[in-house]
Amino acid sequence: MTEAPAPPSAAEAPPRRGAARAWRRFRRRPMPMTGLVLVAGFLLLAIAGPLATGDPAAQDYAATLAPPSGAHPLGTDDLGRDALARVAHGAQVSLQAGVLSTLLAMAAGIPIGLVAGFYRRWLDPVVMRLVDVTLAFPFLVFAVGLAAIIGPSLKGVVLALGFSQLPAVIRITRGEVLSIREMDYVSAAVADGASDGYIMLRYVLPNCAAPLIVQATVAIPAAIIGEATLSFLGLGVQPPTPSWGVMLTTAQQYLDVAPWLAIWPGLMIALATLGFNLLGDGLRDVLDPRSGR
Amino acid sequence: MNVLEINDLVKHYGQVRAVDGLSLSVGQGEVLGLVGESGSGKSTVGKCVLRLTEPTSGSIRLGGADITHLSRRAMRPLRRDVHMVFQDPYSSLNPRFTIERIVAEPLLRHGIARGRAAGERVAAMLEQVGLRPEMRSRYPHELSGGQRQRVGLARALILEPKLVVADEPVSALDVSVQASVLNLITDLQREMGFSCLFVTHDLSVVEFLADRVAVMYLGRIVESGPTARIFAEPRHPYTQALLSAAPVADPVRQRERRRIVLGGDVPSPVDPPSGCRFHTRCPLAYEECRTREPVLADPREGGHPVACHLVTADHTPDATAAR
Repeated sequence: MTEAPAPPSAAEAPPRRGAARAWRRFRRRPMPMTGLVLVAGFLLLAIAGPLATGDPAAQDYAATLAPPSGAHPLGTDDLGRDALARVAHGAQVSLQAGVLSTLLAMAAGIPIGLVAGFYRRWLDPVVMRLVDVTLAFPFLVFAVGLAAIIGPSLKGVVLALGFSQLPAVIRITRGEVLSIREMDYVSAAVADGASDGYIMLRYVLPNCAAPLIVQATVAIPAAIIGEATLSFLGLGVQPPTPSWGVMLTTAQQYLDVAPWLAIWPGLMIALATLGFNLLGDGLRDVLDPRSGR
Repeated sequence: MNVLEINDLVKHYGQVRAVDGLSLSVGQGEVLGLVGESGSGKSTVGKCVLRLTEPTSGSIRLGGADITHLSRRAMRPLRRDVHMVFQDPYSSLNPRFTIERIVAEPLLRHGIARGRAAGERVAAMLEQVGLRPEMRSRYPHELSGGQRQRVGLARALILEPKLVVADEPVSALDVSVQASVLNLITDLQREMGFSCLFVTHDLSVVEFLADRVAVMYLGRIVESGPTARIFAEPRHPYTQALLSAAPVADPVRQRERRRIVLGGDVPSPVDPPSGCRFHTRCPLAYEECRTREPVLADPREGGHPVACHLVTADHTPDATAAR
């Protein structure tokens, strides 16, 4: 034995980076994992649920407002429709309304806020005044107008909800960008000769991610409820298509005779909210190198 | 040829006259210490040199090329030769990048090296600034202030620039760490031979590493010259006051020294005093100081330039003797 092999040190381990690093840190945390499982469960429910359950519109007049039983595990509603089938089919509508509207608002709002906050000059005040106008515009009036143009549908719901979230996304992004762009590391990038686009995408945006992720986790459940409001007013999905929000609003009338009708969609909304919140918090933490490993 | 030549530079932020007619030059391999109180505009000078802020008027020449009003595109190739070390090591490194990426950025920007080749240059540079190679995969928040400032130095030096603008690079560090970072800067400067515009308020730092000193007051230079000369025989009352305020390590001497305590604060750069800008706080000011502005010139053959009416061929004012 001439030379003992050097003891393995942390230095020689391949550097943990990128997605692999984030996933390793994510996996070890119970709360984000719970969120991930919940969200994945809901996605599965939205995709596979409708296939596994019966027709959500089929009416059984022999069993209206029936309590949970073998034939109807979650009971039936006022028209004798199977609550299980409706919850499963409703997942599709509710999750789409929540997730798509939020994605839409993020996709449109982040670039606007980023550019306005980064360049300021004349652009920033113009954008911010437009945002103020949008905020002052009543959401329901906008939704009614939109429904009148494209007809009441899920598409209209997603557009209306997405638009209503837009001002918040633009404001949050812009506010963060305004503070990040004053950081010395941004000056350092300018001094290196980096282009504006590169600085915005690699220096500014990643450092604004945390509040935006939080915003998304709050906005998704709010949009699920928002869909219920619009559908209740007849501006959203049309009967007999179920959504959790629609189920919840109908259940109100029968709260004393058939409380389970309110419990199932309510529970779904609560669990989805919890799932997205936990997932969002977890994402925010693992994507930030500053939080513990 | 001088690496950096600034002529009559003016930078106004709205009403604020941060820099108001400043000229200086930094020669090949020379370290110029730019000294001044907070609010004197010394950091603004550094920012103008890097074109991080747009000069109002005057001219800045880098190695002969006038960069005062170059477009960003035209400026880009010249950025290879001039880099900056920032004051605050906690905000000067992108928290989302690894140390390797941070130091490699200038290489990538200027298309000099990428991939493995860039990694090797980064590793070599980190070693030069005294960081262990395993630091490469760390993130800035995992490093101490001193280590971060070493990373900042590595980034500034990886392209072997001709000029480094150091904006108070050690003032945010613990005193114990300051010395090691200053030593590192001097060593690297000797090894690599870059010129340096060293902006600071700390006279002992300047005495330690600057070849020449320029003293700034309210956007202008009041005195400049070789470090040893300025420290041995300061001629401007302001320089004398600054030097007398810096503590001496020997307590006996410190107690015996006559200190000049300047009254009040630096006047607002929005409305600088008429005549000599220092007259409101100068213990020796007389009528002419209030009305006529002194020019930066050397009144004595073989002396150094100073902007004070009291300095003549055969007279140097002594602010310590006043009052």
